[in-house]
Amino acid sequence: MDFNDTPQEAEFRKEVRSWLDANAPKHLEAELKRASFGSSGLTSEDPIKAGKAWQKKKADAGWACLHWPKEYGGGARTPIERVIWGQEEGVYSVLSGPFTIGHGMCGPTVMAWANEAWKEKLLPPLASGEEIWCQLFSEPASGSDLAGLRTRAVKADDGSGDWIINGQKIWTSGARNSDWGLLITRTDPDVPKHKGLTMFFLRMDSPGVKVVPIKQANGASGFNEVYFTDVRIPDSQRLGAVGEGWKVSLTTLMNERLSIGSGMSTGFPELFRFCMEAEVDGEPAVADSNVRSKLAQFAIKQSGLKYTGMRAISALSKGETPGPENSIGKLVAGATMQELAMFALDLQGESGVVWDEDSPQNGRFQAMLMRSPATRIEGGSDEILRNIIGERVLGLPGDIRVDKDVAFKDIPTSGKQKK
Amino acid sequence: MNLDFSDEQNQLRDQVRRFLEERCPPKAVRAVLEGDANHDAALYGGLAELGVLGAAIPEEYGGVGLGHLELCVLAEELGRVLAPVPVASSIYLVAECLMQAGSEEQKSAWLPKLASGETIGCWAINEGSGRMQPSKISARFENGKLTGTKSPVADGAIADIAIVAAREGDGVSLVLVDLSAGGVSRENLNSVDPTRVQTRLRFEDAPATRIGGTGDGWHIATQVMDRAAILMGFEQLGGADRSLEMARDYALERMAFGRQIGSFQAIKHMLADMYVSATLARSNCYYGAWALATSAAELPVAAATVRVSATTAFQHCAKNNIQTHGGMGFTWEYDCHLYYRRSNALALALGSLSTWESLLIERMSAGNVEAAA
Ligand SMILES: Cc1cc2nc3c(=O)[nH]c(=O)nc-3n(C[C@H](O)[C@H](O)[C@H](O)COP(=O)(O)OP(=O)(O)OC[C@H]3O[C@@H](n4cnc5c(N)ncnc54)[C@H](O)[C@@H]3O)c2cc1C
Repeated sequence: MDFNDTPQEAEFRKEVRSWLDANAPKHLEAELKRASFGSSGLTSEDPIKAGKAWQKKKADAGWACLHWPKEYGGGARTPIERVIWGQEEGVYSVLSGPFTIGHGMCGPTVMAWANEAWKEKLLPPLASGEEIWCQLFSEPASGSDLAGLRTRAVKADDGSGDWIINGQKIWTSGARNSDWGLLITRTDPDVPKHKGLTMFFLRMDSPGVKVVPIKQANGASGFNEVYFTDVRIPDSQRLGAVGEGWKVSLTTLMNERLSIGSGMSTGFPELFRFCMEAEVDGEPAVADSNVRSKLAQFAIKQSGLKYTGMRAISALSKGETPGPENSIGKLVAGATMQELAMFALDLQGESGVVWDEDSPQNGRFQAMLMRSPATRIEGGSDEILRNIIGERVLGLPGDIRVDKDVAFKDIPTSGKQKK
Repeated sequence: MNLDFSDEQNQLRDQVRRFLEERCPPKAVRAVLEGDANHDAALYGGLAELGVLGAAIPEEYGGVGLGHLELCVLAEELGRVLAPVPVASSIYLVAECLMQAGSEEQKSAWLPKLASGETIGCWAINEGSGRMQPSKISARFENGKLTGTKSPVADGAIADIAIVAAREGDGVSLVLVDLSAGGVSRENLNSVDPTRVQTRLRFEDAPATRIGGTGDGWHIATQVMDRAAILMGFEQLGGADRSLEMARDYALERMAFGRQIGSFQAIKHMLADMYVSATLARSNCYYGAWALATSAAELPVAAATVRVSATTAFQHCAKNNIQTHGGMGFTWEYDCHLYYRRSNALALALGSLSTWESLLIERMSAGNVEAAA
C-alpha cells in the first residue's frame, strides 16, 4: 500500500504540470469552474469550438487519448500516467465533453474491430478532436433491451455489396455535432434477436440521415432523434461479421460503463464547501449534527468510489486485470448525485426552489437536481446495472426470458391489453 | 501509487483463513454464545502461537514485528468467522495504547504478555449511556488509586489488566490497572452479542499507574481509538463479506415459485446493493490501512471514513442476509443472527455510528477536505 508517487510518477506529474501551466486556456478557467454535470459552463465561447481547440493543442503535444497507441494519435501512456494527467488537467477536462463518447466507446470499438487501413484513417482525427463521433444504439422500442432494435440493414439489390439502412435511433447524444456514427442494425429478423444484428459506421452527413434535437427534461438538448431513409453504407464500413453485431456492441458497452463510472463526480466536494459556508439557524451548516450525518454518508461514497478506482489502477499497473468492483461506479455516483442535490436544496430552505445566478454556487445544485435523473438511465439503468452485478459478479441466475429462442419478428411489441 | 495488499500479505491471509476454518467454525462461536465460557481460550492460544496477536508488536517487546498492514489482513479474517476472542480489546486497543503512549517500563512489562496471550487487556472508557466525552468521566485517579465504575467494558470479565479513563485534577488521564491486585469487582452484563462479553467494572482504591502525562488521557484515547477503528473496520468488512456470501449461497439453493429465489430481482438487486456497500467499505478500508501503517496526517479522517463505511456495510449486509433467508434466517439454528448480533455490537464499540459520522465531518472541516475529495 502506497499512496505516494513513485519517482517516475512524480517526474511525469512535473512534466504534465509544466506543460499545462504553459498551455492551458486559462482565460476560460473561471467559467469552467462553474460547470456542472451536463453543462460546460462556457458562455463566452462556443463549447464545441473551445473543446476542439484544446483537444488539438493536446494532440499536437502528445497529450490526447493517453491510453491509445501512438500510431492512432494516442499517447501510449500507462494507466497510472493517465490518472495523473486527469488529476492535473482538472477543470480543463470539461472542455473534452464532446469527445467522451468517441474516445471512450466508439474509438475502442473501432480499434478492436476495424481493419488497419480504417484505423489509420479514423482514429487520429478522433483523438485530435477534429472529428466527433456519436453512438447510434438506442431506439424508441429498444433501450435496456438493446437487442430488440428494429433499424433494418438490407443488402442493395444492385450487386454493389452496399447496405441500405431504414429506421430510427433515439437519445443519440451529440448527433448534431458529429462527423461519424457507430450504428447497430438488424440484418436478419428471422433468427432470435441477438443473432440477427450487424454493426456499421457511417458519415453523419450521408444522404438520408436526418437529425432532430430532443428537448430534455432539464431544458437542454444534448440528445437527438436520428432518422435513416434509404441510407447507403458500403460493406467496407461494416465492423465484425454479418450477424455478429451483438458481440461488437459488447466492446462498446463495456467501455461505456467504465468510462462513465470511473471519472464521475458525485458532487460531494461542492456540497461540502457549501455546507462550510451556508448557515442553518445562525450557525454554519456543518455544525448541525443532522447535516453531518448526511454529509458523512455522502463522503464515504465519494471516497469509496475514489479508492475503488485506485484499486483498479493498482491492478492495471501490475499487469493484472481489475476485479469486478468497478461495476459499482455509475450506480453509486448517479444515485448519490441525485440525493445530494436534493439535500443541497433542502439546506437552502424555501429559496432552494430558485435557480439563477444568485443561487448558491451559481445554481449548481439545481442544475444537478435536474440532470441527475438521466445519469441513472443512460449507459445502463440502475436496474440493469444491479442485474449485471447480481448475475456476473455474484453468479445469480439470469432473469427469465420469454423471448429467448423466438424469432425476432414473432416477439410481442406492446404491453397494452387487447380489449 | 499502489492500493493493494502484497503477495506476502495475501499468503498470510490464506494461512490464517485455513487455520480459522479448522479452529473457528460456527460451532466454536456458538459454544461461547450458549455456554459459560466468555471466550474461546484455546483459539486465543492458537492465535498467539501463530503470531497473530503479536503481528504489529515489535520483536523487542515479544511481538512478531510484521506491521499494521498484516494486522489489518488478520482482522478481516477474524471478522469473517466472528472469532470469539478478545483481540480487539487486548491488541487493537490495549497493546496499541501502550505502543503509542506507554512508558518503557509499562511496555516491557505488558506487551510481551499481551503478544503471547498470557495477559488479556480491556479498554475501560465508558460510563453508562450516551456519547462518551471528557465531561462524562467521573471515575477518579488520586495518589495512585482509582475509584469509580466503568460500563460497559468489552471483555472485562476475562481481562487481566484494564486501561481506564479517569479524572485527575481538572483533566482526564489514562491509567493502567492490574485487575488481580485488589479493589476491583466485576459483574457481567447481558448484551446483544454474548460472543463478546460485556462487563461492569467497579474500582475502589484500586492501585493504578498513569499512561502518558496528567490530563493527556482523552487525547491519547482518541488517537488509540482512531487506530483501533481501522482494525475493527477490517473485522466489519470480513463480516459483511461473509454475510453477503451466505445470502448469495442461499439465494442459489432455495427454490420458490419453481425458481431459485436469486432469480427474483427483488432478491438479486438487494444482493447487488449489499455488494456495493461492501465494495465501498473495502476500498475505504484499504485507504485506512495505508493511513494506519504510515501514520499519515490523514489518519483521523481515514479512521472515521473507515468506521462509517464499514459499520454501514456490515449492518446492511447482516440484516439483509436474514431477509434473504426468510423464516430460516430468524431461527436460532441458522448462523445469520450471529452476524446480525456482531454487526450491531461492533457498530457501537468505540462509539456509535452517528458519533463517527459527526467526527468525520468535523475532521474534514478542520482542513483535511482534500483527503476525501
Ligand atoms: C441523457 C441520455 C443520453 C443518452 N445518450 C445515448 C447515446 O448517445 N446513444 C444511445 O444509443 N443511447 C443513449 N441513451 C439511451 C440510454 O442508453 C437508454 O435510455 C437506456 O438504455 C434505457 O433505455 P430506455 O430509455 O428504452 O428505457 P427502458 O429500457 O424502457 O426502461 C424503462 C424502465 O424499465 C427498467 N427495465 C428495463 N428492462 C429491465 C429489466 N430487464 N429488469 C429490470 N428493469 C428493467 C429500466 O431500468 C427503466 O427503469 C441516452 C439516454 C439518456 C437519458
